[in-house]
Amino acid sequence: MIAKALGTMLTGIALAAIAAAPAVAQQKASVKVGFVTFLSGPASGPFGVPARIAAEAIVESLNAGKAPAPYQIKGIGGLPIELVVIDEAGGATKQVSEYRTLVQRQDVDIVIGYIGSGDCLAIAPVAEELKKLTVLLDCGTPRVFEEGSYKYLFRTRPHATMDAVAATMYLLDNRPAVKRIAGINQNYAYGQDSWNDFEATIQVMKPGVDIVTSQMPKFGAGQYGSEISALHSANADVVHSSLWGGDLEAFMLQAQPRDLFKKSVLVLVAGEPYLHRLPGKIPDGTIVGARGTNGVFAPDSPLKRWLVETYKGKSGGVDPNYPAYSTAQAFLGVKAAWERAAAKKVGSAIPMGAAKNVKEEMEKAYQPPTQEEVIAAFEKSTFDTPSGKVHMTLGKGHQAVTGTAYGTTRLENGVVKVGNIKYYDADRVTPPEGVSSLDWIRSGFKR
Amino acid sequence: MSQFIAVLVDGIVYSSWLFIIAVGLTLIYGVMKILNIAHGSLYALGAFTSVTLCGLWFNAGLPPMGSYLMLLLSAILVGLVAGPVIERGLLRFMYGKDEVVLVLVTYALFLILEDLIKLIWGVDPLFITGPGGESPYSLLGNFEVAGLTYPNYNLVLIAVAVATGGALAWALARTRSGKLLLAVIHDREVSAALGINVGRIYFVTFTIGAMLAGVGGALTAPTVSVVTGMGAEVIVLAFAVVVIGGLGSLPGAALGALIVGLVRAAAVHYLPEVELFSIYFVMAVVLILRPKGLFSGAEVRKI
Amino acid sequence: MKLDRTSFAILAMGAILLIAGPALPSWMVSMLNVSLCYGTVVLGMMLLMRNGIVSFGHGLYFCLGAYAAGLLDQMLKMPDMLLMVGAAVVVTGVVSAILGLLLAKYRDIFFAMLSLAFSMILYGLLVKTASLGSTDGFNVAAKTVAGFAVAPESQRLMVYSLAVVFATVSAFFLHSYLASHQGRLAGAIKDNELRVEYMGASVMRAVHRNYVISAVLAGIGGALMAVNIGHIDPEMTYWPQSGEFVFVAILSGTGSVFAPLGGALVFEAIRSFAYEYSPNTWQMVLGITMLLVMIFLPGGLWSLFTRKREG
Repeated sequence: MIAKALGTMLTGIALAAIAAAPAVAQQKASVKVGFVTFLSGPASGPFGVPARIAAEAIVESLNAGKAPAPYQIKGIGGLPIELVVIDEAGGATKQVSEYRTLVQRQDVDIVIGYIGSGDCLAIAPVAEELKKLTVLLDCGTPRVFEEGSYKYLFRTRPHATMDAVAATMYLLDNRPAVKRIAGINQNYAYGQDSWNDFEATIQVMKPGVDIVTSQMPKFGAGQYGSEISALHSANADVVHSSLWGGDLEAFMLQAQPRDLFKKSVLVLVAGEPYLHRLPGKIPDGTIVGARGTNGVFAPDSPLKRWLVETYKGKSGGVDPNYPAYSTAQAFLGVKAAWERAAAKKVGSAIPMGAAKNVKEEMEKAYQPPTQEEVIAAFEKSTFDTPSGKVHMTLGKGHQAVTGTAYGTTRLENGVVKVGNIKYYDADRVTPPEGVSSLDWIRSGFKR
Repeated sequence: MSQFIAVLVDGIVYSSWLFIIAVGLTLIYGVMKILNIAHGSLYALGAFTSVTLCGLWFNAGLPPMGSYLMLLLSAILVGLVAGPVIERGLLRFMYGKDEVVLVLVTYALFLILEDLIKLIWGVDPLFITGPGGESPYSLLGNFEVAGLTYPNYNLVLIAVAVATGGALAWALARTRSGKLLLAVIHDREVSAALGINVGRIYFVTFTIGAMLAGVGGALTAPTVSVVTGMGAEVIVLAFAVVVIGGLGSLPGAALGALIVGLVRAAAVHYLPEVELFSIYFVMAVVLILRPKGLFSGAEVRKI
Repeated sequence: MKLDRTSFAILAMGAILLIAGPALPSWMVSMLNVSLCYGTVVLGMMLLMRNGIVSFGHGLYFCLGAYAAGLLDQMLKMPDMLLMVGAAVVVTGVVSAILGLLLAKYRDIFFAMLSLAFSMILYGLLVKTASLGSTDGFNVAAKTVAGFAVAPESQRLMVYSLAVVFATVSAFFLHSYLASHQGRLAGAIKDNELRVEYMGASVMRAVHRNYVISAVLAGIGGALMAVNIGHIDPEMTYWPQSGEFVFVAILSGTGSVFAPLGGALVFEAIRSFAYEYSPNTWQMVLGITMLLVMIFLPGGLWSLFTRKREG
């Protein structure tokens, strides 16, 4: 019986191994991109699904060669993009297994994705081990490139430190008299980091402010009655919040009728994706950001119009929010690097005056660039995106920086508009290479 | 002093909410000995249904006050549709199995319903709001205590909690069906031998339990944004309440809800750092002191 | 110790998996590796289930084992695989010996719930500990085995081989233990505790011992998983993780120590293919599979192998 069970198990393993063996290597016909994003759970609505819609819209448009300059070449370097979408839900342990599956069983060329910071941290060393070009999409933690150094890993959007720094600058510019600060953030890594950064920044920029209360409800708590009472009783001038998704919406629905915001100005560092969803629930005068010049903060350009148009075609008319802009940054960053690598290859391969092997050399030059060549072209690059220029300057050229912006909301004809927008350059709000975010803030923003 | 009053008010409101989401769970466990993880999904179903029905109501331009009827109707719908389908279609084949197997059956059901909800309503957070921003949450106006403003909707929660608890207690103690139910709770086999239709009692109990989960979801919907995964967040909380009070005990669920609600409100006001595990801490302490919860009958030993 | 057929089969399985490792495609090595880590935890769940007890909080020890391994790397700078597993054994052994004193008195759903409460308290504590990365956790890298450095290219194979060895040894000892006088008490306790007491054995002590063994197995599984995945976070002690262990244990059945290991592999394969082929409804696929197994194979997958003989 046991021998039989053992036999069955091992035969099964062997059969599966044969069945799944990759087909004999063929001429490259497409670029297979594994795209990982939340398709279920609380992060799917505001982040995961907009990112998926954006990815599908962008890939379709790129494959058709419909993107504006400098991205008019079809697909990536002329090869069509093939998307494999995977759910990011389930935690870092499962994501590492799924990542291995994507790379080893599905044999993708590039992995783009990951919204959760824990997932990004966990994937980083595995990408390095499997030597697979991986572009992190949206996670906020600065720890990825502050604690490690990677060759195959890139992040095409800035990390979350600038949320707090720019928010404080904006707040003090517009309301220099603030004295009493309160916070409500989810009790998990991002919420804690966001509050700690903000608390540290404001204490450096305006010594002597009172931190009156810091509420840390459980992630997904849903009921904020007690927290709202506590914030109310604290009589704060400013309430800082990095709440997002269903939690933010529940908090706003419950806080608004209780007049909390008649007393306190609300700062929503991750508020941009909700503006169109919460008309009448976001009080006028709320300070919002989008971690970068995304969404309402994106300056007008052909690329922005292209993203808005292609995205709306897939989303049923909804405007792209900042996760959609992040997705565009990731795809366009890879495309730019790939095509630059290909161009370089062709440029350097033309055998000047040589008569021998011209045909072979040319054929070789027109092969798609290798992964190493793409990486070399990606490092320290600068490329255009719908949110403006992205510079890969931190993390030895693997971590993007961009400027950011904050603005103030007001309700106009049932639509939330953002006015009084202020832009902040990347080097005012991002720590320099080699300095951890919190150290940089505490040093008084030394460069 | 005013902070203490705020703790009391916040605590009682939160307790009422907890009791509403937990009472169906304890009822089903008490009668059927099933710790129903799918209770969380039924709660979510109630919430999603009420978003849809209230949306239809508002879009039809009907008087906003009627949205409360829609909340009630959603709960009844969930009870009358999902309850019988689950009980007749699945659970009745499982009776007599180990308690743990039954928990896992409902866990499997929970997984299936989570994706089903996603397939029907999508993943975008939804909320109830009329064309002019009306919501059952704010329609009733506010009251003020200790310098704080609270929507009167909170009073609705308290009233529903008290009414539900009272009605169930009355039905169990005073009606014929209630007494039959108590007999089944006490000894299923003897009750069956005495001619009680145990199958029917299970059917009715599960339907009522599902309806109560639906009530919880429907009453929560106006206060939150209704989002996939909301059932998972609630179910462990409801477990904690029910276990603290004593599984299957109605007064236990009430007391459990009150303790958890007050402890959490106090934590938020005085010691926000410990809010995260205050509930589980209370649960562990209560179970250590009273292994079967605060209200629990003696169990018959088998030899 | 006398070796029966099952013991030989366990050793044979270990040997085959070890030898096959280098020949298998790397994705399959990864999948087997994860299953072996899971399987080791589920071995412990099986031992508890033989006593008629189910823990809804075994994530506690899975997580403690992983964090013990991780902290050895993070704080003491001793990234040695064997030491990590050793640390996990010590930490989970001590914690379970203490909590076990309390839990051994509990049965049924109350045992399940109290263990759940403990695991959630650990979750809360870890989420509050910003220095350990809160919910983001931190990365773990094991670089040596018993002091010998491992070349980076053979790292994966080493991690896998270690998982094979520990899973095999765990299964081997659990099998011997279940066949011993002490181990056989488990079934008797499940049937009727009073009778066990009348026989002169202490139910408390037996349950306590089994609890500690199962916790240590979960700790080993956690440490192996930490080394395998390279990252740990508090999710490992969150309730769905514990629920998953119960799920795999029920899916597997408790007939033999092979059941948890095979069941873990089946579970991992279903989950992985469901993620791949049905990314929007993988939960539903898992739920339906689970229902089908519980309806048609009440004894778990293992009953597929025993049914014929009984018939």
